[in-house]
Amino acid sequence: MVASRNNHPSKKAFAEFMMNRRRMLALGGMTAGAGALAACGGNTGREEQGDGVALKQWYHEYGEAGTQEAAKGYAADYADANVTVEWIPGDYDAALASGLLTDDGPDVFESHLNRGMVEAGQLVPLDDIIADVIADIPEGDLVRNTIDGTVYGINMIDDPQYIVYRPSLFEAAGITAPPTTFEELIAIATELTTGDVKGIDFGAAGGTDRLGQHMINSLGLSFIGADMQAGFNDPRMAEGAQLVKQLNDSGSLLLGAPTDWWDPSSMIQGLTAMSWTGLWTMPALIENLGDDIGIFPCPGFVGGTPTVYNGGWATFVNANGKNVDAAKAFTKWLWVDNTEAILDWCLSYGFHIPSRLSLREQADQLASGPAAEAVAISEEYGWADSPDWTPAMNTAVNDMFSNIAIEGNDPEAELAKAVETVNTELDGIFG
Amino acid sequence: MAVTDTTAEPAAAAAGTSRRPRRRRTFGGRNLAFWYFVGPFLLGLIIFTYIPVGWSAYLSLFDARNTVTPASEDFVGVDNYVTMLTNADFRRSLITFSVFAAIIVPITFVSSLGLALAVNKVRIMRAFFRSVFFLPFACSYVVASLVWKMSIFAGVRYGMANTVLGWFGIENIPWLFGNDPPWFWLVIASLRLWIQCGFYMILFIAALQQIPEHLYEAAYVDGAKPGWQTFWHITLPHLRASSVAVLMLVLIAAYQAFDEFWNLLPNSGNVPYARTPLIYLFHTSLGTSQDLGRGSAGALILALLIAIVTLFQGKLLGFGKPEGR
Repeated sequence: MVASRNNHPSKKAFAEFMMNRRRMLALGGMTAGAGALAACGGNTGREEQGDGVALKQWYHEYGEAGTQEAAKGYAADYADANVTVEWIPGDYDAALASGLLTDDGPDVFESHLNRGMVEAGQLVPLDDIIADVIADIPEGDLVRNTIDGTVYGINMIDDPQYIVYRPSLFEAAGITAPPTTFEELIAIATELTTGDVKGIDFGAAGGTDRLGQHMINSLGLSFIGADMQAGFNDPRMAEGAQLVKQLNDSGSLLLGAPTDWWDPSSMIQGLTAMSWTGLWTMPALIENLGDDIGIFPCPGFVGGTPTVYNGGWATFVNANGKNVDAAKAFTKWLWVDNTEAILDWCLSYGFHIPSRLSLREQADQLASGPAAEAVAISEEYGWADSPDWTPAMNTAVNDMFSNIAIEGNDPEAELAKAVETVNTELDGIFG
Repeated sequence: MAVTDTTAEPAAAAAGTSRRPRRRRTFGGRNLAFWYFVGPFLLGLIIFTYIPVGWSAYLSLFDARNTVTPASEDFVGVDNYVTMLTNADFRRSLITFSVFAAIIVPITFVSSLGLALAVNKVRIMRAFFRSVFFLPFACSYVVASLVWKMSIFAGVRYGMANTVLGWFGIENIPWLFGNDPPWFWLVIASLRLWIQCGFYMILFIAALQQIPEHLYEAAYVDGAKPGWQTFWHITLPHLRASSVAVLMLVLIAAYQAFDEFWNLLPNSGNVPYARTPLIYLFHTSLGTSQDLGRGSAGALILALLIAIVTLFQGKLLGFGKPEGR
């Protein structure tokens, strides 16, 4: 979801944190300064070419060490244009949105597809450059990058999000299997909560900013129905929301940890027995906890199935760029044809699943252990964003869960309010 | 604007002296000198304030998503204003702000005045104390927020506040989560007080030093006691203009509450129980939403509200009247 995918840029802090965990507090304050310095490093490190076309490529700030060098390396290897990589720290979405309104914006950039960008004429269709490999792209990744039958984006990485746990703590408490229903999850989280260790870390907002979206998918509902109205107007949503309140009231949530859910520190420091996380934290978790990690999907609500959110990033071409054709050619070279670079980008730093079925088979790092489990549950239970689902709609669902779980408001009334807000938004777009 | 006024006065004074026959007439005369001084500020004001405000007013009449140059068929009249005013979330953000202002304005006023009186009374190391209390003002809200969030008010056992509470057997408190009880106000208010009190203290000290000593001496001769009596009848009336200015500045700063909410609260402050107007507008029109039409309408409503409250407050307390009358 919008809320969850925006957290990805903040992984920057995580990288610094990993350098030396004991200096965490000092480093936290320095993150802003380091970010500012990183902003200056916007060249590919090679000589200007006289005749080559100049292209600008924007990335959000990946936290894992080596990612920025890798991105610059790919750009430097491209012979047909002089590609400048810009590494944007901080609020990438805001920077990108304003960048796309100017003449000075990127030619090639990573983002998430939304209808607003297409209607504002900011994106170039990419159907032609993926035509040869279209059968090799997972169905879900195609759907999330398609609006009205036209493909605008190519997924660079897939990032499933799930719950990680410490099997040793489960065993000590006599718990034999991970939970499959949300009620079980609450019971286990409560069971595992002791004085210093909390049951589960659902992020700073206590899960209210993601569980609603998972519930919609768990119950087999949709964000937006075929009638272009909210697709989740179902009494089971109000019932499920009560469970989120129960979790909130159980005292088993880790709240106020110095780092948010996208950073595995609270797991590694033993502050919690379970934590919401994504595949990118797998290398750090294995390094610090060894074999003592297991994962399971978000348990089902009210009789629904378990769910896994398939996040990730896709690459796009700016329709208002000066060299659209050259930008498309570069995009095809890097994110369609250059399988070596795609595999390197997905596996050499944090772990991500390649958005190409044939490359998944070659990904040795994802072939065994919890990483393989992550790939399996992502394929079985995964859901992805809808390009028509706007941040305003997402906020409406988050607010519903916050108002119910944290403030104890009436679930039916809050559901009706969220549905109304989403419908008003949809009427504004499609009406 | 204050900036223009303070520059205009010396400029006018300088231009006035140039009319004396003995001084060489500068090229272009007094008007040119005036524009030399005022021009740069005026230009900055026009480019960075008036044009954006005007543009926002224009955008607020359009269904402008992902664009700052909407097409004429997207003209929607006052629809955006109606949407914003009938939007429960936007109205709730105004209530959040009112709570914030009700906490922060009186406390800032009393503590900065108290600090000023105390520092003014100190006989030794006056400059040291003045600097010490002023120094936090130089700290950025972002840096302070990180310190508050990660070290003082971390929700885990090793957070400073929780460590202290732990000595008394009190359980860890997740300071920044939830609304029951709303501990986040303590974190946010203490941070803002720490940063801004020193600045208003300096304003008060400057005003305190303008009060003639002989007024106090005369009062003592007449039998007034030092302390509360002279403070109430001499000090406070002489601080009226400064007090009004401080109240106004604190209130406007409260309206603009953004940084600490963004950095301290979950989801970049996008939580329904503590969303300030600026946070709400940021999430509406910047970031991924890019609904610039509604965002502009909301920003103008907010600006109008600040203007009305400030004018009303100024009228009520007599802004601009000289001290001590």
